[in-house]
Amino acid sequence: MQGDLAMSAAPAKDASPGEADPVIRVRNLKVAFGEKVIMDGLDLDVMRGEILGFVGGSGQGKSVLTRTILGLVRKQRGTIEVFGEDVDKLDQRAHRTLERRFGVMFQHGALFSALSVKQNIQLPMREYLKLSPRLLDELAMLKIEMVGLPPDAADKAPSELSGGMIKRAALARALALDPEIVFLDEPTSGLDPIGAADFDELIMTLKQTLGLTVFMVTHDLDSLFVACDRIAALADKRVIAVGSLADMLASDHPWLKAYFGGERARARLPKDNLRT
Amino acid sequence: MTDSIAKGAQTLMAVVDDAEPQAIYRDDDGVLAVALAGSWSADRAPRLEELIAEMAARVAAVRQARLDLSAIGRLDTLGAYLLARLKEDGEAAGAGVELASRRPEHGVLLREVNLRATEYEPPARPTGLVTVLVNIGKAVTNFGRDLVGGAVFLGEVMIACVGALFGPRKFRGPSLINQIELIAFSGAPIIILISFLVGCIVAQQGIFQLQQFGAAVFVVNLTGILILRELAVLLTSIMVAGRSGSAFTAEIGSMKMREEIDALRVMGLEPIEVLVVPRILALMISLPILTFISAMSGLVGAGLVAWLYGGIGLDTFLARLKSVITWQHFAVGLIKAPFMAFVIGLIASIEGLAVKGSAESLGRQVTASVVKAIFMVIVVDGLFAMFFASIRF
Repeated sequence: MQGDLAMSAAPAKDASPGEADPVIRVRNLKVAFGEKVIMDGLDLDVMRGEILGFVGGSGQGKSVLTRTILGLVRKQRGTIEVFGEDVDKLDQRAHRTLERRFGVMFQHGALFSALSVKQNIQLPMREYLKLSPRLLDELAMLKIEMVGLPPDAADKAPSELSGGMIKRAALARALALDPEIVFLDEPTSGLDPIGAADFDELIMTLKQTLGLTVFMVTHDLDSLFVACDRIAALADKRVIAVGSLADMLASDHPWLKAYFGGERARARLPKDNLRT
Repeated sequence: MTDSIAKGAQTLMAVVDDAEPQAIYRDDDGVLAVALAGSWSADRAPRLEELIAEMAARVAAVRQARLDLSAIGRLDTLGAYLLARLKEDGEAAGAGVELASRRPEHGVLLREVNLRATEYEPPARPTGLVTVLVNIGKAVTNFGRDLVGGAVFLGEVMIACVGALFGPRKFRGPSLINQIELIAFSGAPIIILISFLVGCIVAQQGIFQLQQFGAAVFVVNLTGILILRELAVLLTSIMVAGRSGSAFTAEIGSMKMREEIDALRVMGLEPIEVLVVPRILALMISLPILTFISAMSGLVGAGLVAWLYGGIGLDTFLARLKSVITWQHFAVGLIKAPFMAFVIGLIASIEGLAVKGSAESLGRQVTASVVKAIFMVIVVDGLFAMFFASIRF
C-alpha cells in the first residue's frame, strides 16, 4: 500500500510496485584515480519508489559511486542509465533537465554559507522556476516546515544552526524542486539516536507523500533496519550483495558477516533471524 | 457527470503526462464543480497561479465549490500547496471548498502540505537614517573593541615572547625555521623583482626631470636615499603583508574553524605560544633580511638605468653613492623593518583568531588582515619619519 502511494505520485507511466522498474541502472562501471582502481565491474539497480541503503567499509568508494552517478567524478568504463536514458548520450540541455530530477544532500550539508536557510532553499527555485515572490516565500516556508525545522530557522545563517538542523535544511534544499530521486550521503551521521530516528521517519514519510526514490549512503545500522527497503553492499570494488536484510544476513561474504554479525547489529535483530 | 469529464481527461492524460494544467468549470445546482486536469507541477507555476486566482474569484461568487483532482496528471508540492491555500483562503472568507480525488496519494500529499506554516514574520529591519546611525555606532564600538583587543593581545604576545626567550624549552625552533623559509626564502624572488623595477622607474623619472637643470647626476642622491630610507622597507612590508600576513590569517583562521585551536588549548598548549610567537619572530627576522635584499636590488635597478638611460657610468654612480649615503640612511630602513614585521604579524594573528564558523567569515578576516596591515605599515612609517626628523637622524 505504501509502495502504491509512492508510485503514483511520481510522474512516470504508472508502474505497479512489484514490477522491476530501475530508475538508475549502473552496468560494468570502472572508476579509478590514477593507478588506484576504486571500483571495477560494478553493477547496481535502484528501483522506483524504494529506499536503497548503500553500505561499505570506509574508503571503499561509497561516496565515489554517488558522485559518479551525479556526474561529479569521471568513469573509465561502463554505462549509467537514469530514467532509462544513458547519461553519456545526453546533450547539455537534457543533462540539466535530468539534474533537476535529482536532489542531493551532501554529508556536511553543503549549505551556501553566504545565504540564509530560506535563500538556500529558494536558490534552485529561482534558477529553474518562474514563481511570484509571494509563492517563492510560501513554498520555501512549506519546505522548511516539511522537514521539521522551526519557522524562525528560515532567516538564520547556516553557521547558526546545529548539526541536526543543518541536515534538515540540506534536505529541504534537496527537495526544493520536487525531485524524483534523492541522494543522501550519510544523512544520520553526527546525529544523536533520537535525532537520527526522527530523520529516518522523516525520510520514510517524504518517500510516501512525495513518491521519492531514495539512494542513501549510510553506516547507521538503525537506518538500515528501519528505513531501507533494500540494501546494497560495496566491497572488493563491486556490489557484492543486494537485497533485503535477510539476504544480507544469509550472505557468506566475510565483510558482510563481520558487518551484520557484530554485537551492534545483533542487538537490533529479531530473535528468529539469529543463527549460530 | 463530473466523473465523465474526469474520465475523458484521464484518458487524455495517459497519453500526454505533462499537459497544460486546466480547470473545467460546471455549475451544479449553485455548487461550482471544477474538474482539474493536466500537470499541476512547479514547471507550470505561472499558469497555475492564474488558474488559482481565477478559481478563487469564482469560488467567492458562488460560496460553495467542489474540486475534482482525479484527472490531474502530475501533482507536486507546489500544485498541492496552491490547492490547499485556495481551500483555506476560501474557508476563511466563508465559502466552502471541497477537494476530492479518487487517488489516495493526492490525499496524502494534500495533508502533507496542509501543515501551513504558523504565520511567521521575519524580524523587521530598520531602514534609512536609523540604519546609517546604527552602522556608525557599531563601527565606533567595534573600533574601540579592536583597540582594546589589540592591546590585550599585544600583552599576551609580549609575555609569550619573553617566555620563549627565557625558557628555551618553550622556544619552537623547527617551526621558526620553517616559517623563515616560507617568508624570506620563498618571498625573495618576487621582492627582488619588484624592487628592481621600482628602482629602475624612480631612476628614470629622476633623470628625466633633473636633466632639465643639467643635474642628472643628482639622481644618485635621490634614488640612494629614497630606496634605502623608505622604498625598500615599504615595498617589502606591503609585499609581506599581502603574501605572509594573509597566509597567517588563513592558517590560524581555518584552524580556529576546525576547533584545532581548542584542541591545542585542552592539551595545555598555549595557541599564542605555539602558533603566533614563532610566526611573529620569523617575520621579525625575515623582514630586515628582505629589506636589505630589496634595497640592493633597487640600487642595482637604479644604477642600470642611470648607466643605460642617463649616461652616468657605473664608477661615477658608485663613487657618488659612497659619498652621499651615510650609514644612517642605511640604518633607518633596517631599524623600521622589525617594527613593521611585528605590526603585520600581530594584525594577521588577531584577525586569524577572530574567524568564526563559516568560510565567508574566513574570507572577510583575510581581507581585513591585509588591508589593516598595509594601512598600519604606512602609518608606522609616517610616525618613524616624524621621529627620525625630530632627532635629526
